[in-house]
Amino acid sequence: MLAMLPLVGSFPTWVTLTVAGLAMGMMIFIMSSGLTLVFGLMDVLNFGHGAFVSVGAFAATLVLVPMQGWLEAESLAMNLGALGLAILMAMAVTAALGWMFERVIVMPVYGQHLKQILITMGGMIVVEQLIHVIWGADHKPMPLPAALRGAIVIGDAAIEKYRLLAVVVGLAVFVLLSLVLNRTKLGLLIRAGVENGEMVEALGYRIRRLFVAVFAAGSALAGLGGVMWGLYKETLSASMGGEVMVMIFITVIIGGLGSVGGCFIGALLMALTANYAGFLAPKLALVSHIVLMIAVLLWRPAGLSRK
Amino acid sequence: MLNTLLSGDPPRSRALSALLVLIVLGLALAPFITSGARPLNTAATICVYIVLVASYDLLLGYTGIVSFAHTMFFGIGAYGVGLGLSGEEPTWSGMALGVAAALALTLALAFIIGLFALRVRAIFYAMITLAVASSFAVLASQLSDWTGGEDGKTFSVPGLLSPATEFGEFMGRSLDGKLITYYIVFFGAILLFLVLLRVVNSPFGRVLQAIRENEFRAEALGYRTVVYRIAANCIGALAAALAGALMALWLRYVGPKTTLGFEVMTDILLIVVIGGMGTMYGAVVGAALFILANNYLKSLMAEAAGAVSGVPLLEAALHPDRWLLWLGILFILAIYFFPTGIVGKLAPPSRRG
Repeated sequence: MLAMLPLVGSFPTWVTLTVAGLAMGMMIFIMSSGLTLVFGLMDVLNFGHGAFVSVGAFAATLVLVPMQGWLEAESLAMNLGALGLAILMAMAVTAALGWMFERVIVMPVYGQHLKQILITMGGMIVVEQLIHVIWGADHKPMPLPAALRGAIVIGDAAIEKYRLLAVVVGLAVFVLLSLVLNRTKLGLLIRAGVENGEMVEALGYRIRRLFVAVFAAGSALAGLGGVMWGLYKETLSASMGGEVMVMIFITVIIGGLGSVGGCFIGALLMALTANYAGFLAPKLALVSHIVLMIAVLLWRPAGLSRK
Repeated sequence: MLNTLLSGDPPRSRALSALLVLIVLGLALAPFITSGARPLNTAATICVYIVLVASYDLLLGYTGIVSFAHTMFFGIGAYGVGLGLSGEEPTWSGMALGVAAALALTLALAFIIGLFALRVRAIFYAMITLAVASSFAVLASQLSDWTGGEDGKTFSVPGLLSPATEFGEFMGRSLDGKLITYYIVFFGAILLFLVLLRVVNSPFGRVLQAIRENEFRAEALGYRTVVYRIAANCIGALAAALAGALMALWLRYVGPKTTLGFEVMTDILLIVVIGGMGTMYGAVVGAALFILANNYLKSLMAEAAGAVSGVPLLEAALHPDRWLLWLGILFILAIYFFPTGIVGKLAPPSRRG
């Protein structure tokens, strides 16, 4: 990050770019972490993950629309309260959907990658269309809460308030996930399951139940990411999840499939690269993701976290 | 004679043969049995999609490669014709140059992607191609000076093919440039399809199937599987680019939505699976049914929606724009219950050496 400072030239611009990149990276991380967890544990690549992102964002409107008053209030506490409820709602809906998705669509095709890819693609199409059926086909506005609009100006650097919130939420998710995975028995089981599922099963743990729980949790994370992303974009469409899917995939490829830490680094790396490239050479920013991915894969064909 | 044309791989079932004859006859006579622009447009789209889907099936069904970059090659072919003809005066040489450049670019890109990514696992390859294809689509829509951006490019075709050229009348239909264009598309599609059929029934195609069934074993038999997979990738990509060229020639327009969009990719996947993976005839049947459904299912659904108007969610679910919902469900059911697709149901594959 610091290495980019002389290239950008001005310190305030650098701060703005870096914070924006971090915020974007955090949002991508939240969305990708679920996918990479599910892949690591269950060896299922869910091409429908992006649809959960959209569903999360739309489910949030179930809370945000009735609670419009709280959002418009000037008090930060009320804003965050409404947002918190919306996030809970989104995560609950996507967790339930993820659970159903696993039962109905994914369960019969464990161990068959080709069918998994096709069937989760089909699932994505159906879920996207169902969003149209339930919420209508139009784009929906999703305004930021009053207290989160605008930017804080420190010196000459302007930092959007919402981006700070995104950084905080992303860090919280990362810390929480790391703690759960590294410090709890549940995490121990998950990590052991990633390494060798049969062994864990043989030791008497019901790994199937763990699978479903992780799938639901991964979907809930996509839902949370969807709310954050929707607020960032300020409009919702059923295809928004499909659009970020590419970034999510690049992130998990760079990070090394199945690794939360790698995913975190990958997301930040990608978002920062995109932001700096966007400032220095706007045309190049379009392909910066791909260039980064190719560079990383040439260096480490299995991603950053794998040796 | 017929057997040679079909590369010794006939449909092997009465029902399927009848269906195929019906489709081919329908497409061949489309300008004379229908009138108006829409049915002819449907027929031309079916021709192009047959080639596009068959070339994708070479990868997915025959070799077991899941690629999401197929629309990229389709788009390159279409843009090749589009840019080749977008000059002041559309000429045949300009078109030939455009197609040649498109094919060269396709070959280079397919080779690089293949070289780079085919060494990794299937699941990685799917993600990498998706990323590359979407970046390419973004690039095409951003370089607007060159490609016309989101709006795409409308261009005119050489004089012989333009609708203004008339040669008289036959069976109540005027023989104009549009008709000639249709037959170029039709015969081009047949030719490309037969070439692809030849490829999958050659010794080369057998090796691809061996790789699909068990890559490790194919490698152990002494085949360099990476070379075969890269070759399959390149052949599939070239056929897709030619299909794109035909599409552009027919539409006299090229834009990111019709050629590069992710919707095109999902269409291809749906057709391959519903028609039948690992059989070239699946592409014919699947494309014909899918494009017809795309064009005519909507009006059927509009009637159904009218019948249940007032029932809140059901009415929305039967809205004509939601036809993809039902095809998506059909797609999932097809993967579970008919993994061999329509063609697999009609003509169970015989075990051959």
